[in-house]
Amino acid sequence: MAGKTLYDKLWDAHLVRQNDDGSALIYIDRHLLHEVTSPQAFEGLRIADRQPWRLANNLATPDHNVPTTVKERALGIEGIADPVSKTQVQTLDANCEEFGILEFKMGDERQGIVHVVGPEQGATLPGMTVVCGDSHTSTHGAFGALAHGIGTSEVEHVLATQCLVAKKMKSMLIRIDGTLSAGVTAKDLVLYVIGQIGTAGGTGYAVEFAGEAIRGLSMEGRMTICNMAIEAGARAGMVAVDETTINYVKGRPFAPTAEQWDAAVAEWRTLHSDADAEFDRVVVLNAADIEPQVTWGTSPEMVVDVNGKAPNPAQEQDGIKRMAIERALRYMGLEADQRIQDITLDRVFIGSCTNSRIEDLREAAAVVKGKKVAASLKQAMVVPGSGLVKAQAEAEGLDKIFVEAGLEWREPGCSMCLAMNADKLGAGEHCASTSNRNFEGRQGFGGRTHLVSPAMAAAAAIAGHFVDVREWMN
Amino acid sequence: MKAFTIHSGIVAPLDRANVDTDMIIPKQFLKSIKRTGFGKNLFDELRYLDEGQPDQDCSTRPLNKEFVLNQPRYAGASVLLARENFGCGSSREHAPWALDDYGFRAVLAPSFADIFFNNCFKNGLLPIVLAADDIDELFRAVESTPGYQLTVDLEKKVVRKPDGVELAFDVDQFRRHCLLNGLDEIGLSLQHAEAITSYEEKRKQQAPWLFV
Ligand code: SF4
Repeated sequence: MAGKTLYDKLWDAHLVRQNDDGSALIYIDRHLLHEVTSPQAFEGLRIADRQPWRLANNLATPDHNVPTTVKERALGIEGIADPVSKTQVQTLDANCEEFGILEFKMGDERQGIVHVVGPEQGATLPGMTVVCGDSHTSTHGAFGALAHGIGTSEVEHVLATQCLVAKKMKSMLIRIDGTLSAGVTAKDLVLYVIGQIGTAGGTGYAVEFAGEAIRGLSMEGRMTICNMAIEAGARAGMVAVDETTINYVKGRPFAPTAEQWDAAVAEWRTLHSDADAEFDRVVVLNAADIEPQVTWGTSPEMVVDVNGKAPNPAQEQDGIKRMAIERALRYMGLEADQRIQDITLDRVFIGSCTNSRIEDLREAAAVVKGKKVAASLKQAMVVPGSGLVKAQAEAEGLDKIFVEAGLEWREPGCSMCLAMNADKLGAGEHCASTSNRNFEGRQGFGGRTHLVSPAMAAAAAIAGHFVDVREWMN
Repeated sequence: MKAFTIHSGIVAPLDRANVDTDMIIPKQFLKSIKRTGFGKNLFDELRYLDEGQPDQDCSTRPLNKEFVLNQPRYAGASVLLARENFGCGSSREHAPWALDDYGFRAVLAPSFADIFFNNCFKNGLLPIVLAADDIDELFRAVESTPGYQLTVDLEKKVVRKPDGVELAFDVDQFRRHCLLNGLDEIGLSLQHAEAITSYEEKRKQQAPWLFV
């Protein structure tokens, strides 16, 4: 019999009950909550007169709606100008209070984007099942955890039962052989993967990322990769546990200590696919082929090398694809065959659960240090992923580097990643963004998003257009 | 949850692939703390020419006349015909809520994004996967036949065309059972409370650090 995949191991360890119809009841170790997808779930509990099954497994923080300017944040919840946003954050506070759920509120240094906060606190641990009413929950798979997004009905289900009704997914291995070249980051890697397999390439699969290039990544890098597994259609992305994982987790507030730490580490070391494990699909790519990536269109799979150009629809045989390319070019205000480096930028956004961790900010700061943001830009902003990332960056003096270069240094939250607060693109504006989605209107009505790595966004901020950041590194 | 057994209705064709959840319901409408009222903002950016705001009176907004749902022939449509990878993007359940609130009961497509597909079932909305060829043919039929209707029969697991031809579809047994009977999934899971508790006890022995 073939060995087990990492996914098999995680699934088996959490199986509460196998139903006859192929579905199963799966136990959830960590449930993260934020203000957007939880209010209706709490409401459901109240209506049915149900209580949370196990309080300690839940952790909440507001992130999507919080303002990110220092001035607004100083006012606390009163600083949220939009009354509807304010109600949502207040509702989360009230619900957490009513049901007794731990929440890092606005004003708490531990507040931040839920997918930055979980790992940073050690609330995400190897071997866990982690869910959240947010598709980028796949991020937490970087720890050798089974992590995926759920809808609001499932948020309610997890609150009430600590379980989910799930069906086992198929398994996919994405192996990246070799090492990334200098100036090529985890973000480029994952954009490249999506470009190769498409935004639906991972649909129905739990994806394990493996290979030398993945092993060589920091936890931040692995989180970036798993974060965007969902952009390839895969609900869950994961990476096997190794020393990098264990060293990252050690000493975090929610991490086990003393004998429990040793016992945990011993178990965590088994969290990898067996050598003879079989996957339903295997994709092998070569790290050496990967160059800094920039999306040109309105789907993350519409991506090219920074030295490349937008496609020419006339060369596409498939009619539906041709229409999609034409529509994307029109929306993005690009010509067929237009060079990526000739796109003039209006704004730059460095942040989001994909790229707002300390390492991301260090990479961006290294590029802008001693330089000035292009005068043609309307705005360039850096939004740390959590209050603790912000404090760390300030302790390292990164905030000063950004401010001196002309970038805004903001308070933690989702910010311009999805423009639910005041940080948005205007219609027609081009933005180099380190976030994960370039859908139409994602960063503001009519806004044009180009997904890139933090280093590439930083270089673009200085140049006012895309440049190959590798040329700046010598 | 409202039950779904059999439904007949006008079909509206949305002829584009990869329709994402931002397109189905833009984020500014996610700020609501309610489950209802999203229908007027379904496909907001495609449907109206201006930028929509929450709590706004949509009846006076400029309509995009080109958009399929604004064409009189598709008024009252309750079956949505769509293309590949429908519902990709975020996990927002507001997407099925908006479709449902608008009046859609079923979505037909060659493929769906996972989370969206899942969310539909929890809200009495039936997502149906049909072969790409069948979908193509339905697009042609809908476009050439004003008032084109389909019947979705979950009991028999078929989509019935006006000429009586039936297209069979697959649906997970458990989901079908819940939908047919309008069952509450939480209540069903809580019937296994003992299994959950005994799992916790066993797991606590193996991984005590998860239970502090
Ligand atoms: S940063 Fe963006 S993608 Fe991440 S949770 Fe917030 S809104 Fe979602």
